[in-house]
Amino acid sequence: MSRWRLGGRFLIPLLAFALLVVVLANGIRHADRKGTIDSPLVGRPAPEFALPSLTDPNRLVGSQDLQGRWYVLNVWGTWCPGCYQEHETLMEVARSGVVPIVGLNWKDDDAQALAWLAQLGNPYEWIAVDRDGRVAIDWGVYGAPETFLVDDRGIVVHKHTGPLTSQVWKRDFLPLLPQRVTSRSE
Amino acid sequence: MTLRLAVLPMLLAAVLGGTVAYAIDPTELPDPQLQARYVALTKELRCLQCQNESIADSPAGLASDLRREVRNMLLAGKSDEEIRDFMVARYGEFILFRPRYSARNAWLWLLPLVLLLIGVVVAVRVVRQRSVLLAQDDEAVDDGTAE
Repeated sequence: MSRWRLGGRFLIPLLAFALLVVVLANGIRHADRKGTIDSPLVGRPAPEFALPSLTDPNRLVGSQDLQGRWYVLNVWGTWCPGCYQEHETLMEVARSGVVPIVGLNWKDDDAQALAWLAQLGNPYEWIAVDRDGRVAIDWGVYGAPETFLVDDRGIVVHKHTGPLTSQVWKRDFLPLLPQRVTSRSE
Repeated sequence: MTLRLAVLPMLLAAVLGGTVAYAIDPTELPDPQLQARYVALTKELRCLQCQNESIADSPAGLASDLRREVRNMLLAGKSDEEIRDFMVARYGEFILFRPRYSARNAWLWLLPLVLLLIGVVVAVRVVRQRSVLLAQDDEAVDDGTAE
């Protein structure tokens, strides 16, 4: 009886402590991704779309232009401070020529978007204009900037929420790209 | 006079409160049944831009876009479950304020039951032990060896 009680007295707090350690360690491990939501899109086919081009409103751009190749889709708007932050990184990626970037201009104003690109540079192959946010919903976008990596079979390979940095690019995007695509620039 | 003074702020609150709620979502669907489903659905979908509000309560741009989608789907004759599936396919289960019962979050539903069971077991043990101790005390008193 007394032996059991001794065991119980230490065992239960010990188990509670172990549980607490697991819960807190998990919290610390995911601290930098707090508030970001895993996209159910990763591993699934990229949503199809066709929207007017920002630079040439009479032309439709979208999935048709992306078949059979790797690309990055970047969701941005001139109202979005994070997009301003990441713009230089997008320019670097575009300069490296590793993978084409297409833009989805989300709930923005055409004139302001064009002025932004004229001032900061244009890293995009083309920019699709999603004025009412309908296509962004299909992509599960909930806060700009968001950046998707899609492979040559049209499968979403990765999604990054928040400003892209060169550190994030090297850590999360570059390793996912196939060797023959990345070797061109290196 | 004092009564009137007391009523005034209440009236003001009622009027202002009403206006604020109306400003966020002025939607009025033609069919009252559709309207009821619309209200229920938008209240149980999370606004992911401001994660503790429902899309019914949120003034965020995305929330109004999602309300528009819900509205269009209702008008197109989609069922509540189809609308929920549409949202989950794009934003994940996090968008549902009421998580679904699945293998992955079974623990969410079962944990309260497990905790309740543990509580019952502990309570029963404590009561039993106390009654044993009390019985021992009584015996000791009867023997005259209480102290």
